[in-house]
Amino acid sequence: MIIDIFERLFFFNGRGSRNDVKKRLKLVLAHDRSTLNASTLEKMRKEILVVVSKYVELDTDSLEFSIKTDSRMTALIANLPIRRIIQSESL
Amino acid sequence: MARIIVITSGKGGVGKTTTTANLGMALAQLGYQTALIDADIGLRNLDLLLGLENRVIYTALEVLSGECRLEQALIKDKRQPGLMLLPAAQNRNKDSISAEQMKYLVGLMEPQYDYILIDCPAGIETGFHNAIGPAHEALVVTTPEIAAVRDADRVIGLLEANGIEKISLLVNRLRPQMVKANDMMSVADVREILAIPLIGVIPEDECVIVSTNRGEPLVLEKKLSLPGIAFENTACRIDGQQVEFLDLQAYSKGPLKRLRNFFLGSSKASS
Repeated sequence: MIIDIFERLFFFNGRGSRNDVKKRLKLVLAHDRSTLNASTLEKMRKEILVVVSKYVELDTDSLEFSIKTDSRMTALIANLPIRRIIQSESL
Repeated sequence: MARIIVITSGKGGVGKTTTTANLGMALAQLGYQTALIDADIGLRNLDLLLGLENRVIYTALEVLSGECRLEQALIKDKRQPGLMLLPAAQNRNKDSISAEQMKYLVGLMEPQYDYILIDCPAGIETGFHNAIGPAHEALVVTTPEIAAVRDADRVIGLLEANGIEKISLLVNRLRPQMVKANDMMSVADVREILAIPLIGVIPEDECVIVSTNRGEPLVLEKKLSLPGIAFENTACRIDGQQVEFLDLQAYSKGPLKRLRNFFLGSSKASS
């Protein structure tokens, strides 16, 4: 309707704060939802690497390790590129 | 077997008690035997919103201490005989009741009712744990504001950790005009962030305050207001009926429309 168009023209107040609030909320919730703190994460990272390195040789320069939160699930994302597989007899 | 639903939010002032009063009344109007339990010990308000404050003689605490029988503490609503209120004590604190006692009380009431709604206190301490203990389901009330949504998220996590799987969302005090102007999160935004099923959306309206002033829930009015309709629809959805969500955008009036209505006479919800 024409009135709607007029309203939009005269009362449009910039870009609005809705996107700001969503962004801030998502950040704060990602933090709230992951109960792991940085030091625990680091400890876990080291322990996992020790175990994995027993079986495969990892590319230590391109390791990725992070906590990701999506809707109600928090996941541990680990990307551990393998250089070569250690033969079992050498274990 | 009664359906036992806790109405909770984390943050205070988002409308838990208003929601409990209106949904309780609406469920009773649908023909269900409904009991409301005020679990907000020390800060009871549910009796006020229902206009039953002058009829409180005994509370849940006197039932537990054996000073009276459960039937003596329950207040029957004269306007809607299907509705009962079990008031909380006002002169005690939240630690004066244990989670086991709360479960015992609800257990006593369960056989006689179709619905038992528990009005949870704000916060996530003892009072919260007491209130959610006996519940099978939860209804999380939030407003489209950053603090309320954050607290709701925390509460959802705690409900899940306590084994309550059926959790639904009620978005209260929505201002469609602000959403339209991109200055308020939409219902879809809140839903997406909290990731639980939506059961109701209540628009912000001055008539909510008027109804609390009078102690008459909105759903009692002969000609229902918009939030009154929204509460009634929510009660129907709790009952399992498929009810479309209201197009609140269509009802909200911008400044120009208000001006036009002022001169040309109100043509409510015509657009």
